[in-house]
Amino acid sequence: MENQYAIEMLNITKRFPGIIANDNITLQLKKGEIHALLGENGAGKSTLMSVLFGLYQPEEGVIKKDGQVVQVRDPNDANRLGIGMVHQHFKLVECFSVLDNIILGVEPNTAGFLQKAEAREKVMKLSEQYGLHVDPDAIIEDITVGMQQRTEILKMLYRENEILIFDEPTAVLTPQEIEELMQIMKNLAAEGKSILFISHKLNEIMEVADRCSVLRKGKYIGTVDVCNTTKEELSRMMVGRDVEFVVHKDPAKPTDVVLDVNKMTVASKMHHNNAVKDVSFKVRRGEIVCIAGIDGNGQTELVYGITGLEPIKSGKVEMLGVDITKAPIRKRSVMGMSHIPEDRHKHGLVLDYSLENNLVLQRYFEPEFTNAAGFLRKKNIRSYAERLIEKFDVRSGQGPITMARSMSGGNQQKAIVAREIDKDPELLIAVQPTRGLDVGAIEYIHKQIVAHRDEGKAVLLVSLELEEVMSLSDRILVMYEGELVGELDPKKTTVEELGLYMAGAKRSEVSY
Amino acid sequence: MNERRSLLRNDGLQTFVCSIICIILGLIIGYLALLVINAEGAFEAIVNVIKNFFKYPSGDARMKYFGSTLAKTAPLIMCSLSILFAYKVGLFNIGAAGQYCLGVAAGLYCAIILGLPWYVCLIVGIVFGAVSGAICGILRSFCNVNVVISGIMLNWISLYATNLLLKPAMDPTGKDTFRLVRKAPEAILPTLGMDKLFSNNQYVTIAIPIAIIMAIIVWIVLDKTKFGYELKATGNNLNAAKYCGMKENRNIILTMVIAGGLAGMGGALYYLSDIVQWNVNSSSVPGMGFNGIAAAFLGGLNPIGCIFSSYFITHITVGGGNVDLSHYCAQIADFISAVIIYLCGFVLFFKLFINSRMDKAEEKKIEKRKALAAKENKEGGNE
Repeated sequence: MENQYAIEMLNITKRFPGIIANDNITLQLKKGEIHALLGENGAGKSTLMSVLFGLYQPEEGVIKKDGQVVQVRDPNDANRLGIGMVHQHFKLVECFSVLDNIILGVEPNTAGFLQKAEAREKVMKLSEQYGLHVDPDAIIEDITVGMQQRTEILKMLYRENEILIFDEPTAVLTPQEIEELMQIMKNLAAEGKSILFISHKLNEIMEVADRCSVLRKGKYIGTVDVCNTTKEELSRMMVGRDVEFVVHKDPAKPTDVVLDVNKMTVASKMHHNNAVKDVSFKVRRGEIVCIAGIDGNGQTELVYGITGLEPIKSGKVEMLGVDITKAPIRKRSVMGMSHIPEDRHKHGLVLDYSLENNLVLQRYFEPEFTNAAGFLRKKNIRSYAERLIEKFDVRSGQGPITMARSMSGGNQQKAIVAREIDKDPELLIAVQPTRGLDVGAIEYIHKQIVAHRDEGKAVLLVSLELEEVMSLSDRILVMYEGELVGELDPKKTTVEELGLYMAGAKRSEVSY
Repeated sequence: MNERRSLLRNDGLQTFVCSIICIILGLIIGYLALLVINAEGAFEAIVNVIKNFFKYPSGDARMKYFGSTLAKTAPLIMCSLSILFAYKVGLFNIGAAGQYCLGVAAGLYCAIILGLPWYVCLIVGIVFGAVSGAICGILRSFCNVNVVISGIMLNWISLYATNLLLKPAMDPTGKDTFRLVRKAPEAILPTLGMDKLFSNNQYVTIAIPIAIIMAIIVWIVLDKTKFGYELKATGNNLNAAKYCGMKENRNIILTMVIAGGLAGMGGALYYLSDIVQWNVNSSSVPGMGFNGIAAAFLGGLNPIGCIFSSYFITHITVGGGNVDLSHYCAQIADFISAVIIYLCGFVLFFKLFINSRMDKAEEKKIEKRKALAAKENKEGGNE
């Protein structure tokens, strides 16, 4: 009988000092299927994948390819077995071009001379075939997160891998792009490639996957056929309790203006034209205003302009009636602006600082944490960190002294959210606040944001996730190619209509 | 699972052990080199290097030469602190050598030509070093010039500027500057009676306690203050520092100013103790700044560790001068100390090595216990 599994991981156990990351986990990937791997942050998904890639050696268990036991000692072994992966945190050379990154390691050459034309042709063909639009000559550090991910996917396709692992691939894509990606995944599976799809998003799993394996706290809970299950059952398996999907909130009661952006223009670092063009809007107390849009339409630069990370070219930014157009970042922060940044590794954290030092990153200079002589009050920092860790359920190996680098992505994000919300800001700017979080944590953070609004504070939310946009916001502003092209009421609009605005197919007047 | 962590996991102890390993390896390789060159005198030579001042039979002489070694340690401590301080902020201050030169230049110029008292000379030395550091910092902040590149270029500029500046202070009987004792006794650092402790060694000055105090200050600033917190954050993640409103450009410049000041202070402290004179025709940047790199790493990038590592490096450098020259050529002393200093840079490498070995050993232990447990289970089932 022919073996029906492309890859099998049988009874894998992997321990780290103080924790069992994988406890007797079995994962069997059939040929040509899309298999979802579901689990909360820290459930052991990443560890399991690292084992598959030979980054960790399991204490127990074997890996089989086509029924044969194989040894995976390092990622090169995995490559030889035809396993490719799009990582959650991209593995790209920042100063190389998109094309260079795709061919890195498998450069087509004649007698040592690169044959880039050949590579370019292949990449462009793949890019067209799968609708993964990239600029092959753009430098990675200049392009958006979305395009970086498309580069990663192309990298895998370029290598003609048979087993494709997608580690939360849709987190940064737009609904239309997700739709396309789902189609791509189905096509790939139809061609006989086996796909392992790691995700928190139940809707996507329900739509695309054939089977789903669930992990919880390092343990294997079970594998189910997706056609025989429901979203609710999957989430119960993952979290161990029932989860609410709907954000409960009362209608907004907007009052005074907190943030007033007037005709703001921000230059682009990539192009000669402006990333943000003549944008005007207001955010009031007691409302959540959401900037929706496809990734790379100027949302990043808009936030940079408001928070002061980049100077703006023209226009005016006012907060609580004070002109802060040229104010330093610290002044904005002290005035009551909090910023949950888009890229938690680039801006949000000092990775080689401990968790406690990261938690006071916005407040370390306050008298509570620094005395008059300039010495840090370490005891206060410790107790403050312990309070936040407890309140926001930030999980880590060693508590406050854990290095931020060693924490899981979801808990890093929780730490940032904890820090920014606990500052009790007048204006909370949250960019993709739930990126890479599981449903339990998303539910919690959404509640926190709504509670913050109900306290009479203003919230500016930038999100690429339509579900989040629709359920959380009180007012939606759609951004397209650097301009605000529409103002929508989430209660009166549909996802389809929003999608049309985001794609630039529809336009309406935005009030100011 | 929460068992006692191995003692070796302690970072401080680990650094100490690795430093010792590096030192021993350096000595062995130095010894092997001596063996290859001339087997006959090798053992005696390496013993002389290690012994340094202990080779003198009388206690008085020992104390006197111990004092000299300490006097030569002080500037090295300052240079290693300069390297360390910048390194903690993510900058590699290879310009410490040049900043050290300028410290010498300013100190001696104020002393011999202007006839100023020691404390003024010292302060001007610090300022010169700091200004040189500031140039690197400003170039880094505003023009994104790597501090290594600007540092190396400034090293040569500083060297020749020092030669130029000190030409008028040259003693016509040689190539060196005047001895301070003859021309500017006011500028010699006070000894505060410490010379008495070291058999009247007049070179034992307040330079030594000052260097130690500076090490403690650097430790406190980096570890305990808001300023240190900001600097280290800037060094680790410039974008995050900017994001939370730190003035990242100011921090970089300030770091280089302080690092430069520390190195300049080292140069001034050394030459104002009158133990050496500046050769105004020198065509190579003094090694003190570069040895500071080795001392900083051997000291495990810890300011207090730097005191001891600097002492050790000075000890063997001075000891190298004791090698019997009838067996070896004159460069042998420098060669041996260079080999040892070179290996001192390997502390971080050894730390990595030890950690990975211990990880593996731990994994094995767990596996063994598992196997044992499984066996017991089986036996239990058979009964």
